[in-house]
Amino acid sequence: MTKTKDSQNIDFDYKYGFSMPDTSVVRIPKGINEEVVRQISALKNEPEWMTDIRVKSYQIFLEKQMPEWGADLSAINFDEITYFARATKDQSSSWEDLPAEIKETYDKIGVPEAERNFLAGVSAQYDSEVVYESFSKELNKIGVIFCDMDTALQKYPEIVKEYFTTLIPPHDNKFAALNTATWSGGSFVYVPKGVHVKLPLQAYFRINSERFGQFERTLIIAEEDSQVHYIEGCTAPIYTTDSLHAAVVEIFVKPRAKVRYTTVQNWSNNVYNLVTKRAKAEDHALMEWIDCNIGSKVTMKYPSVYLVGDYARGEVLSIAYAGANQHQDAGAKMMHMAPHTSSRIVSKSISKAGGRTSYRGLITVTPAATDSQVYVSCDALLLDETSRSDTYPYMKIKNNEVEVQHEATVEKIGEEKLFYLMSRGIERSAAEGMLVNGFIEPVTKEIPFEYSIELNRLINLEMAGSVG
Amino acid sequence: MLQVKNLTVSIGEKQILDNLNFTFEKGKVYAIMGPNGSGKSTLAASIMGHPLYSISPKSKIIFNDVEIQEEESYKRSKKGIFLSFQSPLTLSGVNIFQLLRVALDGKMEPLALKNKLKDLAKELKIKEELISRSLNDGFSGGEKKKMEVMQAAIMEPSFLMLDEIDTGVDIDSLKTIAEFISEMKNNDRTIVIITHYNRILKYVSPDEVLIIINGKIASQGSAELAQKIETKGYGWIE
Repeated sequence: MTKTKDSQNIDFDYKYGFSMPDTSVVRIPKGINEEVVRQISALKNEPEWMTDIRVKSYQIFLEKQMPEWGADLSAINFDEITYFARATKDQSSSWEDLPAEIKETYDKIGVPEAERNFLAGVSAQYDSEVVYESFSKELNKIGVIFCDMDTALQKYPEIVKEYFTTLIPPHDNKFAALNTATWSGGSFVYVPKGVHVKLPLQAYFRINSERFGQFERTLIIAEEDSQVHYIEGCTAPIYTTDSLHAAVVEIFVKPRAKVRYTTVQNWSNNVYNLVTKRAKAEDHALMEWIDCNIGSKVTMKYPSVYLVGDYARGEVLSIAYAGANQHQDAGAKMMHMAPHTSSRIVSKSISKAGGRTSYRGLITVTPAATDSQVYVSCDALLLDETSRSDTYPYMKIKNNEVEVQHEATVEKIGEEKLFYLMSRGIERSAAEGMLVNGFIEPVTKEIPFEYSIELNRLINLEMAGSVG
Repeated sequence: MLQVKNLTVSIGEKQILDNLNFTFEKGKVYAIMGPNGSGKSTLAASIMGHPLYSISPKSKIIFNDVEIQEEESYKRSKKGIFLSFQSPLTLSGVNIFQLLRVALDGKMEPLALKNKLKDLAKELKIKEELISRSLNDGFSGGEKKKMEVMQAAIMEPSFLMLDEIDTGVDIDSLKTIAEFISEMKNNDRTIVIITHYNRILKYVSPDEVLIIINGKIASQGSAELAQKIETKGYGWIE
């Protein structure tokens, strides 16, 4: 492996997984204060209004309490986190120009192959900014904008300004405030009226620097009658100190538009993954969140849809896997604010080796949302006696003409089923993997084949890893 | 081929098999009969290595001259032992094709396997779509049992145990299954049919019939013994 001259100063003694030397060029000292926030903004040459939002958000971050109602976040030390690092001085214009280490990392997760096979565009994030980005000519031709948020702010400031923080304001929660103050990278997608993007847009995110928090910010705008599918796949090398990932995703689904947002998250087991995701669906619009959480130490994530237009539909299909020392506190939020709206939540959680999953859902039906439909189904699978699963299904229904269905099951992986598979020559861990993959199949069948294969393999690895 | 020696088996505190001794020979067909709860299924499950059945330290299960009583089920399966379940389990999100792909561990090309399954479905008179549906999810009794023999046909075991393959099955399906099993007979394969009824044995004639009562072999004999059980029950056996 050839090292670039910038990578000599980093000591990397990794025992697990794969990881690359840190080639960061610009790095702000760890810890956060107003000066750091201003510095981030200055380094990016941002317009003044953005600097102001950042500074204001930092104040809100200071005022906001840590959320006490969910997972244990007490170990997060905001002073030990690096809030900004730039991997390369400029964005590489082509794959060949990328530094060798970064290319190698991407090779390992298969970016080029994935690109060759089915990508419409790649926006791959390394540290806090996008270093590699390729646009297919097709996307440009049909007027679709797909770039990183920093570029979007420079090139399309008026669009960013119109939507930024209008769905998730900084005072929504402490981590949304932190993200708004310190954000870097993330994706910007704009789909013009009537345009159907046929292939999924994909971005790869990584945390690849010790004590480095990643605060990407994503904004997706789907104009009337448009359609787009966005996929984020996260994998991360393993580090010895805690990391924080606090992202914000805002999605605007205009009348009759359709947006699907798929996440396959496999952060390493020291990452706090605290993400705020929200979409607004207008008349006859459809928003679908498909959210697969396999990794991280703690995840708190409740993708939500504000159903503001007549006949708007919202869907959340999610998978959460918690192994040893993991807590997946995940779920969904649906806010019915208009007549004839419908929402559907399907949650599948798996706990193993003392891992803990929580389903946390909030359905709100306002008096205006006459003739709406709500469907919630949450199934938990426990692989052993030490694991835990909880369900917190909150519903605030303020309209009588609403159809509500709620189903919840908890099952243990049965010795009988395992014996059945083992009697067919299948080893215990593989049998467990098979049953778990079968359990999540209603969700995995909805995600692109390449991802479901990867997910099934991850599950099998998890099952094999903790036997005995 | 397969020998059980001093086989004593219990579930929890309850002893089910009591010092059972028997040798199954290669190429022969055996019928095991006996009242409910006598230990027939326990014998099959113990041979397969069910983890909830504990066998006494003196017990031995010897397959092709190798002691296997300590081995996990999957290893026994790989050696050629197969158990068709009395109550086949429902597997959400896993179909027979996926199950067998893992079970065969690359011994058959996926496409060849798929085609073989289609042929078998036709032979067993079941809808081809069952191959790609969650195994046994909403299947009829007959369909479930057919999926069991289908797996057996693909895995080609040398020691095939069929636990009540004939219960919960309508008369047409029984005939289809019985004929199918009959065709699986060969000189290298031992078949053990656990049943309450003689009717399946009319299609697959046993070389030997064992009667298990209270965890012991109470009687053994030829095919006529099965007929006698059907007319007279078990009361006459000492």
